[in-house]
Amino acid sequence: MLDLRLYMLQRLSAMLMAPFVLVHLGVMIYAIQGGLSAGEILGRTRGSLPWFLFYGGFVAAASVHAAIGLRVIAAETLGLRGRALAVLTWGVGAVLLGLGMYAVFAVTVPA
Amino acid sequence: MTQEHDTLEVSVWRGDADRGQFETHRVPAYDNQTVLDVVSWIQQQVDPTLTYRFACRVGMCGSCAMTVNGTPRWTCRTHVNKVLKDGRLDIAPLRNLPVIKDLVTDMDPFFDKWIRAGGAHAPSASRHDPIVEISPQSEGRATADAGIECINCSVCYAACDTVSANPDYLGPAALQRAWTVVNDEKHGDRQAVLDTVSAAGGCHNCHSMGSCTMHCPNDLDPLGAILGLKRATARGVFKRRR
Ligand code: FES
Repeated sequence: MLDLRLYMLQRLSAMLMAPFVLVHLGVMIYAIQGGLSAGEILGRTRGSLPWFLFYGGFVAAASVHAAIGLRVIAAETLGLRGRALAVLTWGVGAVLLGLGMYAVFAVTVPA
Repeated sequence: MTQEHDTLEVSVWRGDADRGQFETHRVPAYDNQTVLDVVSWIQQQVDPTLTYRFACRVGMCGSCAMTVNGTPRWTCRTHVNKVLKDGRLDIAPLRNLPVIKDLVTDMDPFFDKWIRAGGAHAPSASRHDPIVEISPQSEGRATADAGIECINCSVCYAACDTVSANPDYLGPAALQRAWTVVNDEKHGDRQAVLDTVSAAGGCHNCHSMGSCTMHCPNDLDPLGAILGLKRATARGVFKRRR
C-alpha cells in the first residue's frame, strides 16, 4: 500500500510544509498587528509572484501529503484496496489541489 | 513444595478457522509451571484431542507461541505466576495467522513473507574461493548478529497491528531478517533485498508502534531493524540520482 516512492513523497512534502506553516502563521500574526484590512492584504498579494509561489507550493505539498495519509487510513481502517484505493488517493489529491489553487489564484492574480 | 489442592481456571480455545469457543478446565496449580505445562496437562489428563504445538521446551525452536491472557508469548518459557490474572488463564492461538485447529496456527503466511522479503541467503562466493575475513566487531556484522537470534516464533507478527490492518505487509520478523541480510557482507545481492522491502507491503508501511520489540521473547529489536531499512532505502533514493 505504501512503497518507497509514496513514503518519500509524504516525508518530503512534510519537510516542505514545516517552514510553510511557520511563515504562514508568522505573517498572519504580523499582518493583523496594525489592523490590516482585507483590502490592504489583497493589495499586497495581488500581482505578487513570491506570494503565488509561496502559497502555490504550500497547497501542492499539502495535497500530496494529505492524499497519501488518507490513502493509508482508508486502506487500513476501511479495507480499501486496488483501484478503489488509487481513485481515492488521486481524487483527494486533485480536489485539495483544485480548491487550494482556486484560493491562491483568487488572492494573487491581479484584479 | 507443591500445592495440589490449589487449582487454576484455564480457558482454552477449541475450534478451527471457521468457528470455535473457549473451554474451561480446572488445572492443578504448582509453584513452578509454565503455560505450556498447563496446556500439556489438559491434553494429557482431560482431553487428548486438544491440539497444540511445541518441540524444544527451552525457547529455541519457536513453535510454542500462543496468546496468553490477550498477549502473544512463548509458552514454554512463560511462568504461569507471571501472567495469571485473578487465578485465570485464557489461552488462544496466535493472532494474524489462520487457525488450523485449537491452538495451532498455519505458519505458512509468516514463512512465505520471510522468503518474500529476501530472507534466503544468496552466496557471494563459491567453496573454491578463499574465505573472506569479517571482523566480528565491524558495524555491519554487529548489526547482523543482533537479528540472527530470531527463533521465528511469530510473536512479533501476532503483536503487530499493522499486520492486522494490512495483510500484505511483510511484518516485523521478515523485515528484521531482511535487515540482517542487508548487513551481511557475505550476501550476494544486498541491493536486491533493499529493493524488495521498498515495494508495496514493505518496510515503509510500518507505523513504528513498536509492539514487535515490546513483545519479542528474545529481547530483539525488530522495530530498530525496520527503521534501519527505512533509513537505508531513503538514502538510496538520493544516492541513485547522482
Ligand atoms: S517449545 Fe521451542 S520455543 Fe517453546
